[in-house]
Amino acid sequence: MNRQLFIPLLVFVALCVLLYQGLSMDPRLLPSELVDEPVPAFSLPALDGGATLGAENLKGKPRLLNVWATWCPSCYTEHPYLLTLAKEQGVSIVGLNYKDEPAKARDYLARLGNPYETVISDEPGRLGIDLGVYGAPETFVIDAKGVVRFRFVGVIDERSWNKELKPVLDRLQAEQD
Amino acid sequence: MNPKRRQKLALIGLLVLGVGAAVGLTLFALKQNINLYYDASAVARGEAPVGPSFRLGGLVVVGSVLRASDSLKVEFRLTDCEREVPVRFQGILPDLFREGQGIIAMGKLGADGVVEASEVLAKHDENYMPPEVAEGMKDVDACRAAQKAMAKALEARS
Amino acid sequence: MIPELGHFALITAFVVASFQALIPLWGAQTGQNRLMAVARPAAFLQFALLSLAFACLTQAFVVNDFTVAYVAQNSNSLLPLRYRISAVWGAHEGSLLLWALTLAGWTAAVALFSRRLPREMVARVLGVMGVIAVGFLSFLLFTSNPFRRLLPDFPLDGGDLNPLLQDFGLIVHPPLLYMGYVGFSVAFAFAIAALLAGRLDSAWARWSRPWTTVAWCFLTVGIALGSWWAYYELGWGGWWFWDPVENASFMPWLVGTGLIHSLAVSEKRGVFKSWTVLLAIAAFSLSLLGTFLVRSGVLTSVHAFASDPVRGLFILGFLGVIVGGSLLIYALRAGGVRSEGSFELLSRETGLLLNNVILAVCALVILLGTLLPLLSDAFGWGKLSVGPPYFNTVFPALMVPLFFLMGAGAWLRWKRHGLAEWFRRARFSLALCLVLALGLTLWLGKKPMAVFGVSFLALWILAGVWIDLGDKLKHALSWTAGLRRLSRSQWGMLLAHAGIAVCALGAVFTTVLSEEHDLRLTPGQSVAVADYRLAFSGLKEVDGPNYQAMRGEFQVYEGEALLTTLYPEKRAYTVNRTSMTEAAIKPGLLHDLYVSLGEPLDGGAWAVRVYYKPLVRWIWLGALLMALGGALAVSDPRYRLARQQAKASLGKGVEAA
Repeated sequence: MNRQLFIPLLVFVALCVLLYQGLSMDPRLLPSELVDEPVPAFSLPALDGGATLGAENLKGKPRLLNVWATWCPSCYTEHPYLLTLAKEQGVSIVGLNYKDEPAKARDYLARLGNPYETVISDEPGRLGIDLGVYGAPETFVIDAKGVVRFRFVGVIDERSWNKELKPVLDRLQAEQD
Repeated sequence: MNPKRRQKLALIGLLVLGVGAAVGLTLFALKQNINLYYDASAVARGEAPVGPSFRLGGLVVVGSVLRASDSLKVEFRLTDCEREVPVRFQGILPDLFREGQGIIAMGKLGADGVVEASEVLAKHDENYMPPEVAEGMKDVDACRAAQKAMAKALEARS
Repeated sequence: MIPELGHFALITAFVVASFQALIPLWGAQTGQNRLMAVARPAAFLQFALLSLAFACLTQAFVVNDFTVAYVAQNSNSLLPLRYRISAVWGAHEGSLLLWALTLAGWTAAVALFSRRLPREMVARVLGVMGVIAVGFLSFLLFTSNPFRRLLPDFPLDGGDLNPLLQDFGLIVHPPLLYMGYVGFSVAFAFAIAALLAGRLDSAWARWSRPWTTVAWCFLTVGIALGSWWAYYELGWGGWWFWDPVENASFMPWLVGTGLIHSLAVSEKRGVFKSWTVLLAIAAFSLSLLGTFLVRSGVLTSVHAFASDPVRGLFILGFLGVIVGGSLLIYALRAGGVRSEGSFELLSRETGLLLNNVILAVCALVILLGTLLPLLSDAFGWGKLSVGPPYFNTVFPALMVPLFFLMGAGAWLRWKRHGLAEWFRRARFSLALCLVLALGLTLWLGKKPMAVFGVSFLALWILAGVWIDLGDKLKHALSWTAGLRRLSRSQWGMLLAHAGIAVCALGAVFTTVLSEEHDLRLTPGQSVAVADYRLAFSGLKEVDGPNYQAMRGEFQVYEGEALLTTLYPEKRAYTVNRTSMTEAAIKPGLLHDLYVSLGEPLDGGAWAVRVYYKPLVRWIWLGALLMALGGALAVSDPRYRLARQQAKASLGKGVEAA
């Protein structure tokens, strides 16, 4: 038997193995989410220029932590519904202004209305990274102890609110009562 | 060495030399002509190099296209729904270049942060999104819809 | 009911193909005539069934049966009939069906024209083709069924065919290309059959030569048509983009070209046989790879592949079985092959060996450039693309030595050719080519390097043809008598080589000497291009069957004389709301004038492309000459004669030429 003749076969097999491995990797796997972990410690200014905020500011009652930015087109879509939630249903929402310019963000709220109790200004994006945020908008449901209980990616509208977020928030509300 | 053997060696030598030259040329040409891909956020964060040409993908920001009135110069912004990058181009845009449409621009980043595009590519399909662009976004449809919504929201408020 | 009939025919064809794959191969291995005899009827039956399936799908398109998912996605009731028919192969499922039908067609043709071949050989060849058919038909049935119904909720009207595909070029381009791709399966099957039989002799090479050449002709015309289509339809005058889809058809062409030459050496001199078999395997493997790269969507994104893992894994598995299996058979069986002839350094054999090496390297280099983005993406090295400049650097650099060898080697004698004699015969032509090329370069006065290089090489190829012709006519009584005595295959080679020269001239001249203007024009303005003046006189709206268009009007003047009027269009297709540029071209043998509309600008102005493209038609003319050469070579009566002789003296490798 002539060994040289196996070279093409071996090259081909090697190529197949490589290709198979490459194709079965999924590059879109997300970093582990923080569900059921407390919100990571942070110390960031409030957007309105007031106090420095930390993880303890998120304790006390169940609420939403909404990640938004002026560069995020979907946030414009989501915004009117957040206003409805805050004004008409009394949902407590904390904003996380992510990788944004504070001046632009303040202008955005002044022009479009402000649904947030407080807004954390995360200009360098540190907290966002710690939370595993990979885009905006993203919304976390946080319980009274400051533990992340649910993560929602995408635009909140009536449907996704009633189907996904509201049940979680209601349950947390019931746990507290 | 008999002449036959010598000729065979010469032939093999010739082949090795030729193939070697081809490999060298190939690697050289590859090195010169590999274009990396960056999305708008990466360019905005300053990850893209100033100088060599690369490909930039994103949605054409609604309301950002500015045509010069006396030439084929055009400026627009591209977004991956996180950040925006300004792009300048001179020439004829492809048929499917439209606001809110996913495109790929091939060009160089200038010191002023504007990408000078030498080529703008858009595929012939309404629902087509360049794959790199689509992968950079979580939800292509939402992002596109949002582009339109943003245009409307800003229009209504101003 | 008709789509169900088609589906049923497809399933039956799958069963028949399975029989065709297993029984004859088993019969040939064990020497049972009755089992081998299954091959032929199975081949015909499979072809009939797939024709029926194809006809059923076509019928669904013709009558606008939008309950069939594939029809609903790719057709529309407004679509003209001819495009409804071509829409059958406009997308994934249908084009796979066309592939399978083409394969069945080639199989039936082999079954029909192989009456003089030994029984075992026919059984093995048809068996191997049956294996390929089983793979394709199961892919169709299990992952991409074109007859899937959308019941009970079906759309009232369809999504329409991609407007780019609504064009004559695209009606004929894919079938021709597939004839070429799939045609290499015959050469592949012959090679595997010869390996299985342990009989890699001259007879095998002779049998597979005409099949390979026919497939190569189809592929040549198919690629040329694709290039021509891109030129007039994409609206910006490019004729080759080094796009993965184009590369996928070009790689098998390069390897196939090598295979044709290598088969000739194997047949006539009994050398390079093991290499020839490897080339036959490579040509078909690249065809398969090309089909799948284009069809699986893996090229646009690796994750298109990952998003439909069934299709992706099937493709990888199928490629693995066919290519891996054939390479395994090759490794196990090609060992016994021994070269029968010997040759010296300066000889026709060496020339053809070098030709093969360059073509193979060329295919590899293109493969690397095509797959690198995919590999890099898959392994997370980052997203990158390999731009046309890569190909435009490497490809011409490989073509220069190849073309030089064509001129220098086409008339070399087998076995040995004296160096002194070579130089004596070549020196006059060499000098003449250099002088003519230099003269042309000085006369044009633009881009001297490229112009000189390509015109010298093209003339040199033609000189090679001329010297070869001189050699062949040396002993003839007169030129006319000699010309008449030339065999068709000799004519074929001369024509094909001349075609390469023509094609190379066209490609390089168009690339370096085109004038391209992207302009902003308002009606009433005019623009000078080369020796012409184009006047933009206005625009009007016109309505097509399924689109509305803005039609521009451009008068072409040479001096003061009005030559013609060009009407480029910008079309908006109503159903899928896409816009399309329809270029207007004033064609000519020496140059084209090309006008296309960009977009409307402020103040009634339009962005307009105006191109002057010298010798652009020579690219396709050259390709046609090559294909014509191939067709002439195949029609040579020698092959029919040779086959009879081969039967009489099987295995001895008698030289028939």
